[in-house]
Amino acid sequence: MRNIVYIIQKEFIQIFRNRTMLPIIFILPLIQLLILVYAATLEMKHIDMIVMDKDLSSASRKLVSKFECSPFFFVNGSTFSIEEAENILKKDKADIILHIPADFEKKLYKENKSELQLLINAINATSAGLTNAYANYVIADFNKNVIAENINFFKPSFPKNININYSFWYNPELNYKIFMLPGILVILVTIIGMFLTALNIVREKEIGTIEQINVTPIVKYQFIIGKLVPFWIIAMFELAFGLILGKILFDIPMIGSLFLLFGFASVYLLVALGFGLLISTLANTQQQVMFIVFFFILTFILMSGIFTPVESMPVWAHYVNIINPVAYFMRVIRMVLLKGSGFADISKEFFSLLIYAFIILSLAVWRYRKTV
Amino acid sequence: MNKTPIIQVKNLVKKFGNFIANDNLTFDVYKGEIFGFLGANGAGKTTAIRILSGLSAPTSGKVKVAGYDVYRQTEQIKKNIGYMSQKFSLYEDLTIRENIRFYAGIYGLSRKVINERTDELLSKLNITNLGDKLISSLPLGWKQKLAFSIAIFHKPEIVFLDEPTGGVDPITRRQFWDMIYDAANESITIFVTTHYMDEAEYCDRVSIMVDGRIEALDSPEGLKNTYKAKNIDEVFLKLARTPIGEVGRG
Repeated sequence: MRNIVYIIQKEFIQIFRNRTMLPIIFILPLIQLLILVYAATLEMKHIDMIVMDKDLSSASRKLVSKFECSPFFFVNGSTFSIEEAENILKKDKADIILHIPADFEKKLYKENKSELQLLINAINATSAGLTNAYANYVIADFNKNVIAENINFFKPSFPKNININYSFWYNPELNYKIFMLPGILVILVTIIGMFLTALNIVREKEIGTIEQINVTPIVKYQFIIGKLVPFWIIAMFELAFGLILGKILFDIPMIGSLFLLFGFASVYLLVALGFGLLISTLANTQQQVMFIVFFFILTFILMSGIFTPVESMPVWAHYVNIINPVAYFMRVIRMVLLKGSGFADISKEFFSLLIYAFIILSLAVWRYRKTV
Repeated sequence: MNKTPIIQVKNLVKKFGNFIANDNLTFDVYKGEIFGFLGANGAGKTTAIRILSGLSAPTSGKVKVAGYDVYRQTEQIKKNIGYMSQKFSLYEDLTIRENIRFYAGIYGLSRKVINERTDELLSKLNITNLGDKLISSLPLGWKQKLAFSIAIFHKPEIVFLDEPTGGVDPITRRQFWDMIYDAANESITIFVTTHYMDEAEYCDRVSIMVDGRIEALDSPEGLKNTYKAKNIDEVFLKLARTPIGEVGRG
């Protein structure tokens, strides 16, 4: 047991003596939190619109002004030629073109129905979908006004409206930051933890000190634990640091128990770092480690549901996610922080990761060879 | 000198694919002696030393080190040996004291013993004031001496030295051999590889390896008599005259 203490002591001395390491551990997360939380947002706050109003009637102007009043749409100009409109889209100067045909008002009042065309830049399908939804909402609102204004003239009785009331639970203001921040915290601790552990053993292989360790009577599991604990502590600290920053900078809600969150994180980190250690025992150079870890981290993160809900992924992706530790923590950190889920709600994830940790660390111990 | 064998090697073969690095080695090393393992670069010295210290498994043959079998009891062997590799093995970013504490710690020495022996060692090497210096700031000769001191810090029965004096100036080499004699006087068996033929003269017995085989094994005097040579250098040249075709042994 005392052997482990000596390894941990040595690792900590080396980590804190390394001048490039400390900024990586403490300043990078701060910068990443600040940049990513603001940048990684799916809210559409600024949709550039070009209007092609061929009608120039009072109805068309009302519609355009409806868009102008919306906080999302910025009417940046108008044109009368479809070619020019297309050019503007091509140059990425606009996200959406509103085409109002020449007989828009006439049809609206005479035939009781009229047509509009929306041309949306759909390079990014998600934002195009949102743009479309927002635009339809504005048009529907306009439509309602038209009906209300003309009800006496055209329709003696108008259809009964179904009034939908909604309330958004757990994130009532639909604040995207509150959704993203826990996810970004997960990424931070995963990247720092997995990379540091994975690079560590392989670095000893490169400089040759591993051979000196392999010739000592140190027991394999002691070595792995000695390598695991320092980075586990650093990653836990990193999580706490990130949560404090989140509270100060973004006032992130912490509805559930922090004790539960850290308890879960402690098991999660065993898996993430165990992964790093396993890779480290398999690879021979730091370069190999970088590529392998990068591959896993990128796959794990994109499949974890940080940006897109896991539920909307294809069925095979659900199966892949069984071995994706990031997906477990991504779900649980949001459940605990935003919903206040208790242990009973996350026990399945907890025990799954516990088994996972046991398997991955056993593999790392087994793969670490003292005799080649 | 008593003649109890502490290392017993019988028909040791180590193959890497088709390449035979150690070809049917048979020899004993006696307790307390300084055993020299001579050979050109790539003759298979490092391969043999790695097998004896439990870092590499042999392909076939019987090998016992300190009474333990290298196939099944490598961990017991490791408790009883010290090892200094060709590649420099101390942590450059740790101080002298921290390196000693770490290695002694994983050999299971108590903190009290570690502190006592560290002070003893530093004063013996006349570097009491350098204990808190980083290894990276020391000249190579000092690093090698320290690496050796740390390899025998836990007082092993045998210490394996793989070309310990490579790249070191003649004065430091001389001092290094003084340290080896001191260790031998404390009844530590020394197993040392080298390609400096003058160093062979310092050994009790010398084996000369050529192309993975042991071509000769005797005391330096005995070798010189057998091969009618003035010094070991000549013995070696006579034995190694057959050109070494293959490279990359190690």
